[in-house]
Order: sequence, then structure tokens, then C-alpha cells
Amino acid sequence: MSEKMLEVTGLTKRFGSFTAVNNLSFTVNRGEVFGFLGPNGAGKSTSMRMITNFIPATSGEVRVDGISGAENDLLMKKKIGYLPESTPLYNDMSVEEYLRFVGELRGLKGAVLKRQMNEMIDVCSLTKMVKRPIGHLSKGYKQRVGLAQAMIHEPELLILDEPISGLDPNQIIEIRELIREMGKKKTVIYSSHILPEVAATCDRILIINNGELVTIGTPDEVTRQFTGKTTFLMKIVGDHSQMKTGFENLAEVISVQIVPEDSAVHVKIECNADESFGEILFDTVVARGWKLRELTHYVTTLEDVFTQLTGSKE
Amino acid sequence: MKSILTIMKREFHAYFLSPIAYIFLSLYLVLTNFLFFQGFFIAGEASMRNYFELLPWLLLLFLPAITMRSWAEERKNRTLELLLTWPIKDSEVVSGKFFASFLFLALALLLSGTVPISVMLIGNPDEGIMIASYIGALFLGGAYIAVGMAVSSFTENQIVAFIGTVVLLLVGILLGHEGVIAFVPSSVAPILSGLSLEAHFNSIARGVLDSRDIIYYLSVIGLALFFNTQSLESRKWE
Repeated sequence: MSEKMLEVTGLTKRFGSFTAVNNLSFTVNRGEVFGFLGPNGAGKSTSMRMITNFIPATSGEVRVDGISGAENDLLMKKKIGYLPESTPLYNDMSVEEYLRFVGELRGLKGAVLKRQMNEMIDVCSLTKMVKRPIGHLSKGYKQRVGLAQAMIHEPELLILDEPISGLDPNQIIEIRELIREMGKKKTVIYSSHILPEVAATCDRILIINNGELVTIGTPDEVTRQFTGKTTFLMKIVGDHSQMKTGFENLAEVISVQIVPEDSAVHVKIECNADESFGEILFDTVVARGWKLRELTHYVTTLEDVFTQLTGSKE
Repeated sequence: MKSILTIMKREFHAYFLSPIAYIFLSLYLVLTNFLFFQGFFIAGEASMRNYFELLPWLLLLFLPAITMRSWAEERKNRTLELLLTWPIKDSEVVSGKFFASFLFLALALLLSGTVPISVMLIGNPDEGIMIASYIGALFLGGAYIAVGMAVSSFTENQIVAFIGTVVLLLVGILLGHEGVIAFVPSSVAPILSGLSLEAHFNSIARGVLDSRDIIYYLSVIGLALFFNTQSLESRKWE
């Protein structure tokens, strides 16, 4: 049993002259919840289709638990549970029929099949829906059926393509809980273009843009990687003509932005210092005889990083 | 093997989850009975010859309607992606779908059993010919189904699949038709009728089970299913 659940090396996909995924390499360790992040059209789905061996790569290699799809397609597919984007299901079947169908195709039978079906119905809270045709279910329930389908054979690796897109906030919370629950036992890779979502659930994230890997690491690492400077936001009452120079005289300050408003002045300061620089700023304000209304240490979020990384190239 | 059966069960069951199957089945039964009995009493002959002369044309409309959805719908709803990432071979999925449609054809023929039963009650038909004709019908229908599935695998539009199949089968039937044979050089004629979907059926329906006819239909079925599998593989060619 290898520690590496998924190894992707130099994965490339070209459609004619268009390169959808370019030289993508990364590793996902056993037991990780791994976020696959990028704006729409970044190559997330194409990558996942190559990882699940639905389409072949133009070049590069994918190994799931050490097994390459090119060498042993069926064995590799057995290790994976996959939920494609937009959750394609057979709408004419009932939930129960569908899960039995998938279970049988996954090679389950008899008591094991029954047990797994019941477990999935239980885990995904589908008890009330078992007899209903899938086509009549709400989007959130369809998503659960999709997840149940992907997990029924207890795969070692779960691959979920945009599992929460198109859901309402309550459904998002439910599905997120479900993913987190699954992540305790299995390796999960899931893609999203919604950043806070991934930051909240994933052990590590990968950001992809225009088919290329932008960065990879824990949410903290990724955030830190792109924030060399610390930012403070202040609201001050006082003479704004003095403020810009007043703050710029401080050695650590890199830039000062000033926006005067009716009652107070908004000041944004970027500096080469840590959080404790707030104290110096406070002292400065007091020394100058201004009145301080607000002082916030602005924490750069993954969202900022994401916008910065993926927006700049367009 | 188990997967083929699982796919077949689901596909066959799916026919009855939508009204289309019922509509076409009823239409088929009404049409066969009406067209047959219309001429039956005039001819005053206890045989099903008329029935089996009509059959290739009735199946031409009936079977493409059954097979048109087989892949087109999977493509349109994108369930194909899931289906092909389950640990099943493409050929198993193709076979499963083929046998489901074949079973549906067998069911349609069984339900139209009113015709042979009536004929047997009224007169004394040649049962050997009848049995041979039914076997021929299964082979002919099998070929139609395989072609219909192959056409369906190239499109996500069911109507396109239906019309495409009918046109393709029509060409296959007309190849050996008198009207066409009369217009080609006599050296080409036997080749054309040898390729014709209808000519082989007619020869079986005469009561002669010739291995050539059976091999012909098995080849058509095999070739169409091969193309079908290749068309699924074609996602890998881009």
C-alpha cells in the first residue's frame, strides 16, 4: 500500500491546437482531502476526466494507488468513485433501483450489496427518497444520490467534480459536512471555483489556471506564499492633509492610501512588519492628536490570492 | 458477463419507465394486426406470407424508434461519462444494450402472436415456414437494432438517430429490391441482393434456414456492434 494515493506526472491534454491542461504534476497522499481549484474553464474537469481515464491524456501519466489506467483500466476504475460535473444520473430510475444497478456493476451482490445500499441511503440521508424517481428529486438530493453512487463500493479514492455548484446555502452545508465525513476515511479530491468552500474543507489545495498549475500547498501556505506584506485599515478623525506624509515617515511603511469621507478618513497602510505594527500606528495617531475610530489588521484571504493569481492573466 | 446482464436488465426495464415503449408497442400491434387481417380474408389463404412480407417495413419504423435513445440519451444527459468510468468494458455495455433491445423485439413478436394463432385456428398453415419466418424476423430485427444503436452512438439527438437509422436501413433493404436490381448490370445484381437486408430475410421466410443467410445477419450485427464500440472509443482519439 503506497502512501501516495494519486500521482499525476506531466499530465497534458490538447484538443487540436488548444491546450486544455499543460504539464500538470502533483501528488495526493492517502487520507487527504485535496481541493482542486480554478476559475471556470481552467481545465479542472478535463484533468478529472483524465484521472478517471474517461479520456486519455495527450501525454503524461496518472497512477492511482500505483496503478496506471493505461496498464490496467478496470482495476484502476475499481479504486475510484467518481461524481462528474452536473451530476448525471438516470432520471427514470428510483433511488433504490439506481443504487442497486450501480452496486451490481461495481461487483457487489447479495448481502454485501444490500448492506452497502442501506449504508449509503443512511449516510446520505436518502431514507425518505428511496422509492422516488431520481428525476423528481431536488438538486440537493440528486447530489446525494450522486455521492452515494460514488461511494457504494467503498473506493479508496473519491473524485468529485464541482459537488456543490448550483446548490443553495443549506444544501452546501449538508454536502460539505458529507464530504468532510468521507474525508475522515478516504482520500477525496474535489474541484470547485468557490474558494472559501475549498479553504474550509481541504487539507491541501491546488490552484490551476489556463490549464497550468499555479500553486499547491495547504491553504495557509498558499496564502502566506502570496502575502509578503501586512495591511492595516484605519478610520481616523483629523486633518487628512497631514496623514499621508505622517504615516509615510514611518520606516516600515510601503504605501499609504487615503480616502477622506464626511466624518472620518479611511486609511489603508501596507507595511513590512508584523501584526504588532498596529501599536506603532496607534501611537502615531495619538502623538499627532488625531482620533482613532477603527484599526484593523487586514488578513489576506485565499480569495485575494485566488483573484490575484487567476485574474491577472486574463 | 454479469455486467452485461445488469446493463440489459436496466435498459429493458427503462423501456417501460417511459411512455414511448408503450406507444410504439401498441402502434406496432395495431398496425400489424390491421394490415394483416385487412388482406387476409380477401386472399382466403391460411398463411402468414403477407405478414412476413410487411414485417421488414414495419420493423423499419418500429425498431429505430426503440434504439434511437440507446446512446443519444446517454450522451445528452452525460450519463455516458459515469457509465464509462465504472469498471465495465465498453463491449459489455454495448452487448447489454443490444440484448435489451433484442428482448424488446422478441416481446413485440410474442405479443403479435394473435396473428399466427388466428391463422392456425382458421386454417391449417405450414408451421415449418412460420417458425422459420419468425427466426428470420429475429435475425432481421437484430440487424436493425445493431445498426440503430451504432447510429445512435454518433449523436446526442434522438431524432437524428431515428432518421439516420431509417435511411441507412432503407438503403440496406432497397439494395436487393427488384426496382434497383433491374437498373444495374446483371453482373452486379447478385452482389447487391447478397448485401440486401430484405433478400436474406425473404429466403429464410421461404422456410429454408440457409447458413449463408444466418452468417450474413450475424456479420451485420457483429460489424454494427463493432462500430458502436469504436464510436465510444472515439472519445479517446481527439
